[in-house]
Amino acid sequence: MTLIFTFIQQAIGQGIAILFGATGEIMTEKSGNLNLGIPGIMYMGGIAGLMGAFFYENHAKEPVAAIGFVVALLSTLIVSMFGGLIYSFLTISLRSNQNVVGLALTTFGVGFGNFFGGSISKMAGGVGQISVKTTAGAFRASIPGLSQIPVIGPLLFSYGILTYVALILALATTFILFRTRRGLHLRAVGESPATADAAGIDVTKYKYAATVGGAAIAGLGGLYFVMEYLGGTWSNNGFGDRGWLAVALVILALWNPAHAIWGSLVFGALYILYIYLPGLTRATQELVKMLPYVVTIIVLIITSKRNKPENQPPASLGTVYFREER
Amino acid sequence: MSTPAIELKNVTKRFGSVIANDNVNLTLEQGEILSILGENGSGKTTLMNMLSGIYYPDEGQIFVGGREVSIQSPKDSFELGIGMIHQHFKLIDVLSAAENIILGLQGEEILKMQEVYAKINELTAKYGFDLDPKEKIYNMSVSQKQTVEIVKVLYRGADMLILDEPTAVLTPQEIQKLFTVLRNMRQAGKSIIIITHKLNEVMELSDRVAVLRKGRYIGCVETAKTSISELTEMMVGEKISLDIHRSQPQDAHKRIEMRGITVRNKEGVRMLNKASFVANSGEILGIAGVAGSGQKELLEAIAGLQETETGGEILYYAPTGETLKLTEMTAENIRNLGIHLSFVPEDRLGMGLVGSMDLTDNMMIRSYRETGHFFAHRKAPRELAEQIVEKLDVVTPGVDTPISHLSGGNVQKMLVGREIAAQPIVLMVAYPVRGLDINSSYTIYNLLNEQKEKGVAVICVGEDIDVLLALCDRIMVMSGGNITGVVDAKSTTKEEIGLMMTGATKEKADHES
Repeated sequence: MTLIFTFIQQAIGQGIAILFGATGEIMTEKSGNLNLGIPGIMYMGGIAGLMGAFFYENHAKEPVAAIGFVVALLSTLIVSMFGGLIYSFLTISLRSNQNVVGLALTTFGVGFGNFFGGSISKMAGGVGQISVKTTAGAFRASIPGLSQIPVIGPLLFSYGILTYVALILALATTFILFRTRRGLHLRAVGESPATADAAGIDVTKYKYAATVGGAAIAGLGGLYFVMEYLGGTWSNNGFGDRGWLAVALVILALWNPAHAIWGSLVFGALYILYIYLPGLTRATQELVKMLPYVVTIIVLIITSKRNKPENQPPASLGTVYFREER
Repeated sequence: MSTPAIELKNVTKRFGSVIANDNVNLTLEQGEILSILGENGSGKTTLMNMLSGIYYPDEGQIFVGGREVSIQSPKDSFELGIGMIHQHFKLIDVLSAAENIILGLQGEEILKMQEVYAKINELTAKYGFDLDPKEKIYNMSVSQKQTVEIVKVLYRGADMLILDEPTAVLTPQEIQKLFTVLRNMRQAGKSIIIITHKLNEVMELSDRVAVLRKGRYIGCVETAKTSISELTEMMVGEKISLDIHRSQPQDAHKRIEMRGITVRNKEGVRMLNKASFVANSGEILGIAGVAGSGQKELLEAIAGLQETETGGEILYYAPTGETLKLTEMTAENIRNLGIHLSFVPEDRLGMGLVGSMDLTDNMMIRSYRETGHFFAHRKAPRELAEQIVEKLDVVTPGVDTPISHLSGGNVQKMLVGREIAAQPIVLMVAYPVRGLDINSSYTIYNLLNEQKEKGVAVICVGEDIDVLLALCDRIMVMSGGNITGVVDAKSTTKEEIGLMMTGATKEKADHES
């Protein structure tokens, strides 16, 4: 029984970073921008938050948890939005190829993370020596009282604040996309920019807003990873391929952030399943690690067979919009 | 008389050296249905696009409700109460009708769809539309999509509606429904312009008819006081004689025979209805008809690019005496028989040529299989490209230039030249002179004539009746997917073809003219 509890807790811990990434990517993709730079942006967001906290804690005589929290949060948001802005400027304003820009941004972002991660590790005195205990403590603090309830407490209320932010953001993004005027306009932009343009919607503005906003949300996934999951430290390439899992989760969730919530749990569970399955050899472990991707492929096959238009990617996804080409 | 809803005075619009609208005057009275009649390319849509804010007139004035206005954008047009329903719907498939209708409108941030539904239902009840606001666009028929477009402009409060070829894609029953709705709207005081080339609909629906021909305003008549033949005459005008060399067909043999071919598009609409005809060798068979009457489907059915319904067959009588069923063959095999199709689409590129590839590569698209081994030969296609450039006077810096850098006429010469170079036995060309200047057009006409003299069976789909009359030996006329008749190009009249294009059969056309 406790094993199952631990498994679920661990799965949630794995899933939240992916959920942030997927929510951000869904918002971006709904504007027709296929931002494959999201994995890189998550690295950038993570390292930025860590650096913010690190420099604050190193310079303040007595670091205050709340200030460290705000500094880390702002650093993450600014840097990841900057990543989104680079992508937007290149693909929307300069009309470069989205795939090329996205992949370049991911390569850049991973390098950015590892470079600064390595640098501050050196400043801190060696690999694994970074510690921003005070700030990480603020991120890790669980809800007092509620988390003490037996069974339900550890299962539902034992997580840091970003876990709940991830859930709220996913639900709020769903609401904005499907229930508000701006959401309707954004979906229209992603489906057919020419039609949206003719209806008087500012296509460029919506694309920029969704892409930069989406990058900010995805960046929080990186922050979650370094603060809550790792507890305020850095290991090079430690974030692994979670960013790509986030991109895959977008497909599994059929471009609906609310679906991404349970999807992230499934992905999180499959991601760590190999630890809990007895009798796996090193080789079979690797096979089990493939499961999230296998599930994504199966979902792709099923949805393309059923061919329901709502479950398809936004029609203009991956293409740049030229008004003159009408 | 009350102030006219819309008045155009001396409006002129040019695209480069082409005059699309030349000094047009037009008045739309309040609460009337005005038809704008004209052939393809007569400038109807351009004229209306100046009212909907897509184009801006080069000269002339526009008055709306007696006040001179300057319509710079679709938004301006909409604010004046003008709503245009384009031929190509601007709707988003995955959204519902209601979502499409409110798209782009300002208002409360959180959508109250119930209120939107109620308002739409009120409109549909008032005018007699049949529309479920919750239905997704992708589940809708063409006629329902059109309904959404009309409700969209009404929802935004338009009281002047312009419909561009609204009946082109509808079934007869749907057309009647649309007319009922339009009459209801006229009753409610809306002013309506419909752009059309179908005479019977003009007679049935409109109060007045304005006729355009080749960009010029010919006149405006009251429907009650005119006749189909008078309108046809206004529409097609005098015959213009073109000096195209035409030789007598020599030694004509049956080459292609189509028997009862039916083609449906993906919406299930019949694009070609039990078509049967014969094309002979050593002859140019012209196909006349307004765009979208099934010409493209007909050619593609022969080329093996269209699924045809069972029951029909297309036979090919090879020069060797064999008879083959094309309906049972793949496009590639048909091509290998020497049956070539060159279709010049509206954007010229896109069908058969790749814009970013150079001339040589574009020649290779057709021939790369010929060498039979892994590495393609570039020498032969290069020589071919050079030959075509020289023979047809293609203006290009060289054969290594991307084809999209060439002007339209030169692109077309390459396209047609490539097909001819393959020494076809049957050559099908669609709109070969689309957008070309006179000299380039004549080069193409001469090429087609040369092919005919060599004994090739040429099928040519054209837009300009004068050209078809001067170039072809026989002319087949199509209307709404039906073949309305085949006439001898030397003895027929423009009026006869004009009438047949609007759906009258040959017998009826003979009777009328």
